[in-house]
Amino acid sequence: MASLKEVKTKIAGVKKTAQITKAMNMVAAARLRGAQEKMEAFRPYAAKFNVTMSNLSGGANTTGFPLMEIRDVKTVEIVVVTSDRGLCGSFNANIIKLALKMRTEYESAGKKVSFVCVGKKGSQLLKKTGLVRKSYRDTMGNFQMYNAREIATDLASHFLSGASDKVEVLYGHFKSVAAQIPALSHLLPVQPVSVEETEKKISGDYIYEPSTEEIMDVLQPLYLNVIIYHAMLEVGASEHAARMTAMDNATNACKDMVKSLSIIYNKARQAAVTSELMDIVGGAEALK
Amino acid sequence: MGQQIRLEVVTPTGAKVSEDVDIVNAPGFGGDFGVLANHAPFLSTIKIGTLTYENGKKRESLMVSGGFCEVSNNKITFLVESAEKGSEIDVERALKAKERAEKRLVQAAQQTENFNRKRAEVALQRALARLKVSNMR
Repeated sequence: MASLKEVKTKIAGVKKTAQITKAMNMVAAARLRGAQEKMEAFRPYAAKFNVTMSNLSGGANTTGFPLMEIRDVKTVEIVVVTSDRGLCGSFNANIIKLALKMRTEYESAGKKVSFVCVGKKGSQLLKKTGLVRKSYRDTMGNFQMYNAREIATDLASHFLSGASDKVEVLYGHFKSVAAQIPALSHLLPVQPVSVEETEKKISGDYIYEPSTEEIMDVLQPLYLNVIIYHAMLEVGASEHAARMTAMDNATNACKDMVKSLSIIYNKARQAAVTSELMDIVGGAEALK
Repeated sequence: MGQQIRLEVVTPTGAKVSEDVDIVNAPGFGGDFGVLANHAPFLSTIKIGTLTYENGKKRESLMVSGGFCEVSNNKITFLVESAEKGSEIDVERALKAKERAEKRLVQAAQQTENFNRKRAEVALQRALARLKVSNMR
């Protein structure tokens, strides 16, 4: 049986760990609120954008827009959006798992795959595949639209140069505080957006300035920004939610450990007391 | 006071302006344009520049960058990447950005790299628009 002192130190250690995980849980909860507010603020912009995009692309044909050009797919680029920090359960691992699965699928279909990583965790975990073309680290903490723009511009110019024929974005979808699932959205070539009919309330008699085509030319890069920014927002919120759950579990596990260690400690103490008593009684007995 | 038009300025970080105004002046892609109440449905892209609107005697200016605007049902909606009122603009930062962009432009002129020049140009435009709006206060 472990010595009294050993057990005592261990209990103290576990208790301190519990304090840390508890604090991390609360920090994550506060950050989650911030991230959700950010998502909430973005929603009207995204909704309006989608409606306009669908209005515009409804009439326009796909030829003539380099970003909409559908080519024979030889190289697929997967943008993997993960968090910068760990300690958030299996959140990042799930995304990476899907990324690797997609890679095997594409490669067995004879296509080349390259990764662009947003978030430090993704680039660390995918490094060993040797397929990472570019990685953006330390942006997930406090990102703005211009971070998304930088990424989108790079992806677009890579696509336009012909180095990639299809670009997909893999991110952690924030389904609820309890559930975050890896999700995939299509980025390039830009597909005509379709919004449910009820939201379409337009008529064809808009005045366009300049022409529809020129507006599309301006809107398409912005549309890429919107998708990337959206993915980053989702990952931002998911990360904190995942960390909250993970840290809550850790705190509970610590409490359980303290409980079972306390039992061991009490048993050990009782054994020590008993053996001391035995000694005293034995000594007194011998003196008689 | 005549009829008014509803102005909404929406950015990725939330709605910036939402009020009824008399006239809106915006930096359109093909030049500035003004919109009054009951304008025909209209869609235009927006350059980096100054958006002004008047409500009675009150006149407000916003720095806007990249996006588009839509007019329909007596409502004008701007979807822009950023919109800042004069009082919100960090003048010092804008000045620094201006200097930086100018330096980059000089450097880019010596090289033939197109991409960097374009980026510096856009940054310069943004800085200039910010400074202009902050002076209008």
